[in-house]
Amino acid sequence: MKSQILKIAATLGGLFITIVTIAQQRFPRPDFESDYTSPTLETPEPRYGILEYFDVFVLFIVLSLTTWLILKKRSRKGVMYVSLFSLIYFGFYREGCICSIGAIQNVALSMTDSTYAISISALAFFMLPLLFALFAGRVFCGGACPLGAIQDLIILKPIELPVGVRKALGLIPYVYLGLAILFAVTKTDFIICRYDPFVGFFRMDAKFNMLVLGGSLLIIGVFVGRPYCRFLCPYGVLLGWMSGVSKKHLTITPGECIDCKLCERSCPMDAINKPVTEPVSAKKDIRRFIISVAAIPLWMLVGGYLISSSHVYLSKANRTVALAELLIAHPELKSDLTHIDVQTFLSSGQSMEELKKEASAIRQQFYTGGWILGASLGLAFGIIFTRKTIYRQRKDYVPDRVNCVSCARCMSFCPVGKEITVNPSPQITTS
Amino acid sequence: MTDNPENKSVKRREFIRSSARYTLAIGLGGLGGLALSNAASEKFVWQIDPFLCTQCGRCADECVLSPSAVKCFHAYDLCGYCDLCGGYFKPGVMDLNTGGENQLCPTSAIKRKFVEDPFFQYTIEEDLCIGCAKCVKGCSSFGNGSLHLQINHDLCANCNQCAIAQKCPSKAITRVPEGTPYKVKGDFTNKKA
Repeated sequence: MKSQILKIAATLGGLFITIVTIAQQRFPRPDFESDYTSPTLETPEPRYGILEYFDVFVLFIVLSLTTWLILKKRSRKGVMYVSLFSLIYFGFYREGCICSIGAIQNVALSMTDSTYAISISALAFFMLPLLFALFAGRVFCGGACPLGAIQDLIILKPIELPVGVRKALGLIPYVYLGLAILFAVTKTDFIICRYDPFVGFFRMDAKFNMLVLGGSLLIIGVFVGRPYCRFLCPYGVLLGWMSGVSKKHLTITPGECIDCKLCERSCPMDAINKPVTEPVSAKKDIRRFIISVAAIPLWMLVGGYLISSSHVYLSKANRTVALAELLIAHPELKSDLTHIDVQTFLSSGQSMEELKKEASAIRQQFYTGGWILGASLGLAFGIIFTRKTIYRQRKDYVPDRVNCVSCARCMSFCPVGKEITVNPSPQITTS
Repeated sequence: MTDNPENKSVKRREFIRSSARYTLAIGLGGLGGLALSNAASEKFVWQIDPFLCTQCGRCADECVLSPSAVKCFHAYDLCGYCDLCGGYFKPGVMDLNTGGENQLCPTSAIKRKFVEDPFFQYTIEEDLCIGCAKCVKGCSSFGNGSLHLQINHDLCANCNQCAIAQKCPSKAITRVPEGTPYKVKGDFTNKKA
């Protein structure tokens, strides 16, 4: 109705569009005598949403191709080219966003926040790699992940890490995953995206501290295979669970393992399990197993207590809590006209009581979330420790299903079923 | 064959593994279904609500891109074409001319052009604009508020979590459906009316 009136008014030429914003229009638009027409305001469209579905399609193709390459074709070269493509497409062309690792937070947020609607493409990016991992292991890490690809390319002199160091550092991703979910559901921050170490390289633009983080990870990555994937990546935790019970998985050898040990040093991720043959007393083993299982509730309690009792510190990351704390501790800041956050709060019309109430509600979320997170971490760690007590004999060299990232290096080292050409050497000539 | 103890244990292991696999598959399906019930087929992009913006200047610094993807947009419909433009001139300038010392914009991104006496047209040179909101503050303090900040979707990387939105003191940056990616003043008010 109002727009109709406006149209009439405009055609009459007596009125200006000023009516729309009477409150703001201090100086009415002039009635130009010359035939001046104002330029039009350019509003460039965002990238078409339909292309988002194209990204999902590309991801599906890349995952399928990698699965075929590791299960049927058994080609390291093929996997390398696919991951190079992913690095260029998902990394440098799509600039690292959209990514499956970050999609964890979108899924977590959509579970708890009814006002937030996750886009179907983000959900597909979260689900597809996990489904493929249930079928064929972590093909996403090997072929589709741009963060994995950039690290895979620079593995030049991999060293073997001591088992203890490896296992201890391997627990970090669980904590990272838990914190990322906690921060996402409390609407505090998306820490996985904020501290994505390589997105700065993909965009050719980064803050200095992120450049240092990404750069040092790449330098470490020359000697330690894929440090982000193994000791930080929160999505790798989920993929590892799926891959651990996957229907199929890449095998080092196409036939019977001949224990030639050629593959042993081929894996820069230390994800090849060596044969275990020495006998172990079953009785002692069972006792250790029972103790480990019995300790799980204890781990859960300790974890829950530790994280929930640090909820005050964790909640400081939330801006509402931080602002409330700041104003309670330093009420004199209210007269500081240069403090942007304080001044914006004061001019917003929200009362101090409302802010305090909001902040304490968020802090309560952190407390409850801390118990859930701590208990889950305790459960996860308990299961990890229990699994170590299970003794299993192994005759051959096999990939560790949880940690193997399907880079297919070991396959190219396996001599079984390959025609080996030995250079005829003159010394062997018999006389 | 089946009585072989080794074979038995392999079978048992395979059974545990496949039941764990089905459990995880069902869990994953449930999670996906739950998320799907609250999913939108539309993509979301970030945009600034110019009526919530307090021109604090953080858009220039907090964006992951440098210079920022936030630019000054000029709603010409709302402009008064003033000679003494609050968005163009520093407060209290002596001469109303295009001298650098008179300009509020730190990068001289606003171009002033004579239209007819006494009116001047102001346009934004986007390549120079850093999104600092100095002109926006000037224009909304002394003028009509036709200059305002918007995220340029040609430049925006559309991060999963906008770094500026995290630091925006007035929570003016939110996710908007990609079908209506701008909250341009004038145009925006028309739509609301």
